[in-house]
Amino acid sequence: MLLGIPPQALFGQLLIGLINGSFYAMLSLGLSVIFGLLNIINFTHGAQYMMGAFAAYFLLQWAGLGYGWALLLAPVAVGLLGIGLERTMLKRLAHLDHLYGLLLTFGMALVVQGLFRNEFGSSGLPYAIPGPLTGGHDLGFMFLPNYRAWVVVFSLTVCLGTWFVIERTKLGSYLRAATENPALVQAFGINVPRMVTLTYGFGVALAAAAGVLAAPIYQVNPLMGADLIIVVFAVVVIGGMGSILGSIVTGFGLGVIEGLTKVFYPEASNTVIFVIMAVVLLIKPAGLFGRTQ
Amino acid sequence: MERPEIVSSEGRIDTPAAVTPAWPRAQLVAFFVMVAVFLVAPFIVYPVFLMKALCFALFACAFNLLIGYVGLLSFGHAVFLGSAGYVSAHVAKVWGGPPELAILAGTSTAAILGLVIGALAIRRQGIYFAMITLALAQMIYFFCVQAKFTGGEDGIQAVPRGVLLGVLDLQSTLAMYFVVLAVFLAGFLLIYRTIHSPFGQVLKAIRENEPRALSLGYEADRYKLIAFVLSATLAGLAGSTKALVFQLASLTDVHWSMSGEVVLMTLLGGLGTVFGPVAGALIVAALENYLAQLGAWVTVVQGAIFVFCVLTFRRGVVGELGRILRQPL
Repeated sequence: MLLGIPPQALFGQLLIGLINGSFYAMLSLGLSVIFGLLNIINFTHGAQYMMGAFAAYFLLQWAGLGYGWALLLAPVAVGLLGIGLERTMLKRLAHLDHLYGLLLTFGMALVVQGLFRNEFGSSGLPYAIPGPLTGGHDLGFMFLPNYRAWVVVFSLTVCLGTWFVIERTKLGSYLRAATENPALVQAFGINVPRMVTLTYGFGVALAAAAGVLAAPIYQVNPLMGADLIIVVFAVVVIGGMGSILGSIVTGFGLGVIEGLTKVFYPEASNTVIFVIMAVVLLIKPAGLFGRTQ
Repeated sequence: MERPEIVSSEGRIDTPAAVTPAWPRAQLVAFFVMVAVFLVAPFIVYPVFLMKALCFALFACAFNLLIGYVGLLSFGHAVFLGSAGYVSAHVAKVWGGPPELAILAGTSTAAILGLVIGALAIRRQGIYFAMITLALAQMIYFFCVQAKFTGGEDGIQAVPRGVLLGVLDLQSTLAMYFVVLAVFLAGFLLIYRTIHSPFGQVLKAIRENEPRALSLGYEADRYKLIAFVLSATLAGLAGSTKALVFQLASLTDVHWSMSGEVVLMTLLGGLGTVFGPVAGALIVAALENYLAQLGAWVTVVQGAIFVFCVLTFRRGVVGELGRILRQPL
């Protein structure tokens, strides 16, 4: 017994917290990257996460392609749809108030979620844990299901990989420069509009990858991203969108805090992240890792 | 901190009395047309539908005060509508209070919530403001789901409408209708007065260029907060009235989709226009009535209207009308 809580329950919730944290980190990372270059908040992010999960489901049902293929193909497919959205619609809003981008992507989210709900209802569709990742290990103090460990490791790898590309490579330096001053970067002969499009596609692909990861844990559900995106907004406000590493740390950290709240004070587990956001706004309005404009 | 002399609180040099002119004629005409239509309408159209539309119209006007005149996009306005509805329903049903007390209690609740949420949200600008209001609203939504007095999924049902001021029995649909119309008109005129006052001019100055307004000595945050509380209060007034009309307070009114709906009404009618939110509310309410059988398609249609408005119809119905008539409406 630890603080009056059986260790099995405590570590179990910690693991669930880490899993949720993986999703928060991947989603808020995508939002930050998109916001950095496009200056819009991508409200469709939750719907794109859901589409990732559905893409995995379709691949299995219609093409017989399993989880491994889904993890590769679903982000590409959803990312391409995102690129289409950017090319046809978001691009026209670049010169307008940023709020229009928010409203447009909100409308798109309503359309996408509504269409999926019409087709598949609001109860979830099952997606089995892939064969090699079933089962688990007994660590002595807790039982660790293999798939959950895989989710945390995979998400951490993707997040750190993104951090490495943006902060440590030449491509990333272009990206950071374009975030600071797109006109100047364009003048140096770099195709900024194409970079913007690809960045949006990449952010969307991250969301879709998170959706594929989530499919075997939660069910595949048309509304799985609708409430999640609001929590991710709070995560983004807490972390501040200035720093890549900040998004990752905040995402995992808040997932763990949420998990611990489930153990010690379950009534508040839905709201704890919002309460933390309020406190952070009082103490450090720019966010934990944010820069004041 | 001492203010620069040029903006001493008595008589600002740059705000002459002419800042609050009489109503422009087009708006005056539009106002009387609107009042005439609402006076005749209950004898032609189903009054309960009209009452819903009027509550939405007041809600949208309150929202428009923020987005249209201060440039703040609140994505959590449903919270003020919904929680005012809960308190109003609770007072009327559980405490047996008269309708005027129920409405007063609900509206005050919204004002207090507006003060707290507003004070937090104005600490960030632009897009963050929208995300913060949405997140705080979601927190209060979860509170409403868990709290005992809201009745969870069932909501508070069979709320008595009561007898207004001890004389007017609101069980009569027409009596209720004209009370709702009076509440709407009072709110509408208050907003009109606000945006055409010196205070409203400062709000517009903050919307256009906040650093400049600051440098002129206006404490932008204080103005924003007052505008936010006023908007929340009027949204609460709409919510309290709506709870009495439908004799129901439910989770629908607190959910983020309702916050999205009020954005849609205002956007469709015309952001920053005086009559736009009213037109938008009528259209959206009518749309919901006719599409109700189609279930989830309502969401799809609403989303499509969002996309359409943002891409090609940013002035909205009333904004376009005003452009054709070359009159601000």
